[in-house]
Amino acid sequence: MKVYHSKVLENRLISTNIYKMTIEIDNLNNDIKPGQFFMLKTLDNSFLLPRPISVNEVGVNTVTFVYRIQGTGTKSISYVKLKDYIQATGPLGNGFDINLINGRVAIIGGGIGIAPLLYLTKCLKTTSDVYLGYKDEVYLVDEFRRYANKTVVVTENGGIGFKGFVTDYVDYNNYDIVITCGPEIMMNKIASKCRDLNIKCLVSLERRMACGLGACLGCTVETIYGNKRACKDGPIFAGEEILVQWRK
Amino acid sequence: MANLTTNAMGVEFKNPIITASGTFGFGEEFSQIFDLSILGGICSKGLTLHPKQGNKGVRLWETPMGLINSIGLQNPGVDKFICDELPKMKSYGTKVIANLGGNTTEEYIIGAKKLSVTDVDIIELNISCPNVKSGGMAFGIKSNVAFDIVSSVKKVCKKPLMVKLSPNAENIADMALACESGGADAISLINTIKAMAIDVKKKTSVFDNIYAGLSGPCVKPIALRMVHEVSKVVKVPVCGLGGIMTSTDVIEFIMAGATIVQIGTGNFIKPDIAVDIIDEINEYMDKENIKTLDEIRGII
Ligand SMILES: Cc1cc2nc3c(=O)[nH]c(=O)nc-3n(C[C@H](O)[C@H](O)[C@H](O)COP(=O)(O)OP(=O)(O)OC[C@H]3O[C@@H](n4cnc5c(N)ncnc54)[C@H](O)[C@@H]3O)c2cc1C
Ligand SMILES: Cc1cc2nc3c(=O)[nH]c(=O)nc-3n(C[C@H](O)[C@H](O)[C@H](O)COP(=O)(O)O)c2cc1C
Ligand code: FES
Repeated sequence: MKVYHSKVLENRLISTNIYKMTIEIDNLNNDIKPGQFFMLKTLDNSFLLPRPISVNEVGVNTVTFVYRIQGTGTKSISYVKLKDYIQATGPLGNGFDINLINGRVAIIGGGIGIAPLLYLTKCLKTTSDVYLGYKDEVYLVDEFRRYANKTVVVTENGGIGFKGFVTDYVDYNNYDIVITCGPEIMMNKIASKCRDLNIKCLVSLERRMACGLGACLGCTVETIYGNKRACKDGPIFAGEEILVQWRK
Repeated sequence: MANLTTNAMGVEFKNPIITASGTFGFGEEFSQIFDLSILGGICSKGLTLHPKQGNKGVRLWETPMGLINSIGLQNPGVDKFICDELPKMKSYGTKVIANLGGNTTEEYIIGAKKLSVTDVDIIELNISCPNVKSGGMAFGIKSNVAFDIVSSVKKVCKKPLMVKLSPNAENIADMALACESGGADAISLINTIKAMAIDVKKKTSVFDNIYAGLSGPCVKPIALRMVHEVSKVVKVPVCGLGGIMTSTDVIEFIMAGATIVQIGTGNFIKPDIAVDIIDEINEYMDKENIKTLDEIRGII
């Protein structure tokens, strides 16, 4: 973990409001785990707190992020030009433990939550079935197809792929482990289902963050073991561990 | 290179740069980013006698050049701190300040007693946290209430006692004087400013407690003014903080009268910000041909 000043090698629109940014990070001895994130900040003072963005892909001395324009911070990040520099602190968070993901794996992503799952799909030792839920426009589908056993695309209007919600297209009984990242409502549904069926489930949570390091206690997640920090103890949690927060 | 060594409360700091309570954990996370021995000191997360879970709901909210937080003093409690965190903090090669909060006078007293028999270098009495319902800042509004708590703690406290003031005090200069006469060995200010945010979509207050504490660059001009006011009236050293992001900010606080300073929210913006600030102060002093900070302290 380090505070990098990284050169931006790519920062382009790949879908409406969604950007792909690749930055140079040297001296990385392959120590980035899928599911980890960086705190990104432009070097001007257009916003204050660095923004947590997950690793989408890792190359030789490069890291790629895919992010959606949400507000001031992500908008500013989208303006960063090629060869300009950006502050990136990371890699942060627990990430996925690849060695514990075995058997038949389903990966379910919704919306911008799809982005962090690509590097996971690539790193898994077993092949996985990937379920991607979009509103209307799709992105990264070809990249997932490269690494996944099966890639199922679902859009809300059915314009591309199947129609409806991605959760409706997963036959949970076919899997030993289900991994998800997306809107909380979707993750709640999936984690509950997995608990009922006694299937292992991992979710990637989002919380507002200030430090991203585990020091400020601003990103608390209520778990059955008490308060945990999304940035340090997470963002990857076992489904049954965090269901408690949604049971209200 | 200039000499940044600074004495305050009978403690010798390598330099006047300390990391502020609640923004640096117990140092461990940051020790993976830079060598903490370059710091003048580290201040612990606010401790209370008993462990605290902190507040529910949203805890962080960004505002233009500011941060509102409602952490609510989540901490492991004094005993666990002494057992698990303090030995690590002491190993970083810098001064260790324990920030102590409480709900009742009794809790402050027992906490201070326990910390007095440890390796902690300084106790910072937090009578200024806006994020806990009873106690906390309640002690930091009225000067006579602050006097009582400071003098009670001082009686049992075997460590240098720095009292951290709230900018929400009725009169900051009176408050500082009351704490000084209660026995404070130093005054630190400011804690966060009571603030609020409203979510217009949800049509509710952002924070479950409605009010929370504002910090960051947007509070600096207010903090600077208060440090100036307090430095003019007290004889004990003043520790200035509030919105420090650059070496220039530090120099301003010192010119306003601060002996030492703390960096808070800045640690979030750039986790190794203290390294840059210390380097730049050295550069500034060399360029301006200043040998020690005493030459510019309180010149305004
Ligand atoms: C661990 C983690 C990984 C993430 N990975 C990605 C990713 O790969 N791609 C992507 O597009 N987004 C990702 N997000 C969400 C992203 O951090 C937010 O969309 C972003 O911070 C919004 O900032 P803004 O200034 O554009 O929006 P604003 O709404 O203006 O932000 C205001 C404040 O709220 C915070 N905030 C707002 N929305 C979120 C959110 N959903 N999560 C956390 N903080 C938020 C901001 O950080 C900022 O401090 C991730 C979040 C977390 C916690
Ligand atoms: C997330 C957060 C947590 C804080 N927790 C504490 C605390 O536990 N005890 C305390 O005395 N001050 C606490 N503070 C206040 C800071 O130590 C500091 O007084 C204040 O933020 C102003 O300085 P800054 O603008 O440099 O951050 C906290 C501030 C923040 C932002
Ligand atoms: S963001 Fe600071 S502890 Fe998680």
